[in-house]
Amino acid sequence: MGSPRFWSWAALVAGLLYFFLPLVGMFEFSLRARRGEYSFQAYTNVLSDPQFRETFMYSVVVALFTIVLGVLIVAPTAFWVRLKLPKLRPVIEFITLLPLVIPPIVIVFGYIRLYNTSSWLPLTGTAMGTNILLTFGYSVLALPYMYRAVDTGLRTIDVATLTEAAQSMGASWFTIITKLILPNILSAILSGAFLTFAIVIGEYVFAALLNRPGFGPYMVWMGGNKAYEPAALAVIAFGITWACMGVIQLATRLSKHNRVQR
Amino acid sequence: MAFLKIEHLEKSFGSTRVVKDFDLEIQKGEFISLLGPSGCGKTTVLRMVAGFETPSSGAIVIDDKDVVALRPNQRNIGMVFQAYALFPNLTVGENVAFGLKIKGVGKDEREARVKEMLTMIGLPDLGNRYPFQLSGGQQQRVALARALAIQPHVLLLDEPLSALDAKIRVSLRTQIREIQRELQITTIFVTHDQEEALSISDRIVVMNGGVAEQVGAPFEIYNRPATRFVAQFVGTLNLIEADVIAPESGTVRIGTTEISLGRPLKPGRVTLACRPEAVSLGLAEGRPLVLHAEIGEVHFLGAVIRVQARAGRTQLSLDTFNRPDTPPPAAGDKVQVSISPADLLVLEA
Ligand SMILES: Nc1ncnc2c1ncn2[C@@H]1O[C@H](COP(=O)(O)OP(=O)(O)OP(=O)(O)O)[C@@H](O)[C@H]1O
Ligand SMILES: [Mg+2]
Repeated sequence: MGSPRFWSWAALVAGLLYFFLPLVGMFEFSLRARRGEYSFQAYTNVLSDPQFRETFMYSVVVALFTIVLGVLIVAPTAFWVRLKLPKLRPVIEFITLLPLVIPPIVIVFGYIRLYNTSSWLPLTGTAMGTNILLTFGYSVLALPYMYRAVDTGLRTIDVATLTEAAQSMGASWFTIITKLILPNILSAILSGAFLTFAIVIGEYVFAALLNRPGFGPYMVWMGGNKAYEPAALAVIAFGITWACMGVIQLATRLSKHNRVQR
Repeated sequence: MAFLKIEHLEKSFGSTRVVKDFDLEIQKGEFISLLGPSGCGKTTVLRMVAGFETPSSGAIVIDDKDVVALRPNQRNIGMVFQAYALFPNLTVGENVAFGLKIKGVGKDEREARVKEMLTMIGLPDLGNRYPFQLSGGQQQRVALARALAIQPHVLLLDEPLSALDAKIRVSLRTQIREIQRELQITTIFVTHDQEEALSISDRIVVMNGGVAEQVGAPFEIYNRPATRFVAQFVGTLNLIEADVIAPESGTVRIGTTEISLGRPLKPGRVTLACRPEAVSLGLAEGRPLVLHAEIGEVHFLGAVIRVQARAGRTQLSLDTFNRPDTPPPAAGDKVQVSISPADLLVLEA
């Protein structure tokens, strides 16, 4: 009757319902674009909209650049802090948390003030300049996630000893970072990259205020102007997210050396 | 001409001097152990030779070149760590090839050398495994092969056996010594295990509090310890208090027995020391110092029997060989033990 086993199952089922029911509801709603029957009409509408493709591709490209930039900034920094400046770790951690505390709108207005057309570095003067600014902004937004992911990855290996072993064999810093550190924290970097991707794809404030054709503003515009398509869009977005997660799982599974007992 | 020379080496962390005026000359192909208790600065000395720590002052000369200003990756030194430190993302073969690749050794030569190294450590078939698929002992052997593959000037090992279990520790230390002898590579081996140091070294440096207390061959360190610390740290020691009654002739009184040590002593009380194997059960020719003792614990170790005995206030440990026709003494037996004055060390305070 009131066995603990029963209640744990009940809790699990309640949790799953809480999570999945809205999704099911949204999915069901997205299928009702045609009166009186279920169809994928809303999906066809979304996918055939050239705006969808343009904004989505734009955001994907920006996301990829953001990931590369983020890894280039975070991985060497986290490595160096772990190796040489362990006392600075709390400080660095605090700095990486700032983007969670400072609202994006403040950051973006700061950017616009600093880099407007009459400033010392008029990035917002050209489309390319603004794209670069947007990428920089996104790597700041993603910093808390990227840093934590990479730092967790570094914790699983003995950074100091591995570095010294490599140095004694003549390795330079560049070799150490590219041949040893990065490959060993690859799955951590992937999960950081995935989080970055998810943030950039849906981001609204930066893209809207810098007036770039991102996927976020498109979704908002869609939500304000259509009925069934936003639901279809949301389902698609979920699909992409889950596909990313699957890929990460797969990558972790496939890298052979990662089955080290920790 | 020494191959590796360490002169007046000093290291301070903040205001603590961790290594003090450390001098050492090592001949080419010599196997040197740094032996000492935890925190005495062994690792720090080794890391300064490797280039991972910068000396506060002093010189380190390898093959006539002062290397203090060189970075670790310019010193051509092989290093083996307690924690193995194999690269987890590379196979065993790739680990061994790592340093060769950096040196720009061609593919064919590299493969040949990896094969040769893996054969040398007795793991010729494990080249394609990943480190996590090996036992601790195997990993440490691969680490040794990896360090030696680049044909370093000097091989440094920091407690390479501490993480392994007792049996493998003994067999691996023998193997390390054999390989070292075969390659004639100048080696510094750090350990806090005196048996390890005694069994495989050409010479031992006994360290205490950042200072080299004595440098010498194992036989010398064990039988003629230069300081009280060395005497007590290396091997087991019986301490016997004595009164000096004739300083010039070195005559002392122990309990009721008076014997001459044949060397001048300072007047007053003196602490004498002797090894367990220098104390015999029963009387014997040439062993005039006789003590009446009562047997305590008896540890039968196989070939050797270690007996604890008490003579007055003096606690004695003595070793006798097992003889099938003579059963060992039992606890509570009253016995006489005898010692030769030649085996007594005088410990300065
Ligand atoms: N980076 C450092 N900063 C401050 N103190 C240090 C540092 N490295 C070592 N020490 C100190 O220097 C002393 C010697 O350390 P070292 O590691 O050389 O000892 P050890 O003989 O190798 O000991 P063990 O047998 O425990 O490995 C210790 O008291 C240690 O606390
Ligand atoms: Mg040490």
